[in-house]
Amino acid sequence: MQTDFIVGSLQLNSVSIPVISDFLNFGDILGAIKARWAINRNNYKINPGLYAIGKPNENSNIFVTANYKLSFDHLRKNLKNIDSWILILDTKGINVWCAAGKGTFGTEELIKQIQQTKLVEIVNHKKIILPQLGAVGVSAHDVKKITGFHVIYGPVKASDIPDFINNKFTASREMRTVFFPFFERIKLIPVEIIGHFQYLIFAIAVFFILAGINSNGYSVDKAFDGGLKAMVMLLAGFLSGVAIAPALLPYIPVKQFFMKGAILAYIITGLLIYFFPGISLFENISWFFIVPAVSAFIAMNFTGTSTYTSLSGVLKEMKLAIPLQIIFAFIGLVLWIIGRFI
Amino acid sequence: MEHRYLKNVVTLKLDVEKCNGCKMCMIVCPHNVFIVEERKAIILNKDLCMECGACAKNCAQEAISVKPGVGCAAGILMGMLKGTEPTCDCTSDSGSSCC
Ligand code: SF4
Ligand code: SF4
Repeated sequence: MQTDFIVGSLQLNSVSIPVISDFLNFGDILGAIKARWAINRNNYKINPGLYAIGKPNENSNIFVTANYKLSFDHLRKNLKNIDSWILILDTKGINVWCAAGKGTFGTEELIKQIQQTKLVEIVNHKKIILPQLGAVGVSAHDVKKITGFHVIYGPVKASDIPDFINNKFTASREMRTVFFPFFERIKLIPVEIIGHFQYLIFAIAVFFILAGINSNGYSVDKAFDGGLKAMVMLLAGFLSGVAIAPALLPYIPVKQFFMKGAILAYIITGLLIYFFPGISLFENISWFFIVPAVSAFIAMNFTGTSTYTSLSGVLKEMKLAIPLQIIFAFIGLVLWIIGRFI
Repeated sequence: MEHRYLKNVVTLKLDVEKCNGCKMCMIVCPHNVFIVEERKAIILNKDLCMECGACAKNCAQEAISVKPGVGCAAGILMGMLKGTEPTCDCTSDSGSSCC
């Protein structure tokens, strides 16, 4: 576990509270990039508890966050020159919103940390500031009832904290809203790629093996040619669902995610088949079933990464999407195999 | 450009009788579903609700009900395969999103 952000300690009521830096060093930035590519992602946490930033005293604000290092880094970077306390909840190294959904960033854990760190003895006020998205797991009135601390929900993004403070601790409508802009969607693509990559490799391998089958038995040359073609088509479907659909998300004029993926796949397949036709009509048609099925499935999985889909909505979409994807993949595969024989 | 998901699917309900106009729901909702006028909450944009459950959790009057969950297809599939509730492995991340 990394601890080089601790730059000193503060003695208070005979307890020692670590003081942390408000500056992200090279290691922190590298760590963030690695986490984006899902490297070491599951072990990117810090110790829960109370930390100090700058020179806080008994009147300073208390900010709460998760023990996922990226959440913690976002917070401390935005508290530059703002003397404060930081209370870290044990969310098992998961970011605030996700942890709040699971309940680990929750009422119980917050109460436990308030009591364990003896917060009442450290400050002489009763205000504690939480990121707004923590509200999914925390019930402010219950925290108040048990600990006396009044939960104030801050902005969604830590970068709005200075404005939030200047604004007498109220977050504007803008600060309270979760947006999902282009740049943020792009940042999430690497993790999507890594998450689905193994299935792509598996599918490509299967097609390479099947491609050798023909009316004369098995041909390694054909396996290679057909497999290569299949690889290009599968890769197209993969990229369509994993990258293009997320990037163009609001511009594709349908609401269901699987349809977004499917529509893109039809355009891409059309272009590819036009310029690089397959060995038979059957094969050409087969790709119009397989590529959309692949792209639709992966795009559908982006519902989990997006910031606005409801469980009820996704369930409704899946009731239609899953059977369609299975039927399309099946028809496509049958046509493709028939295409190997004529 | 604003994102819009399916219409008329969410489980969000508000019992105006119980509401005392405290504005908590308005403060915690990440999609501005509520406004409070004349000390009563109003559901303004029901279709923007993502069923995160924050409003219901923070309404001390218990005026709001919603079946909370993650709108995550992979999590739902995983749940179906394992026979559990939808669970999300949260491998993606960012400060902005889940799953
Ligand atoms: S949180 Fe509950 S009581 Fe407060 S305004 Fe909203 S509905 Fe009304
Ligand atoms: S469940 Fe979440 S998104 Fe829906 S209204 Fe409540 S706070 Fe807003």
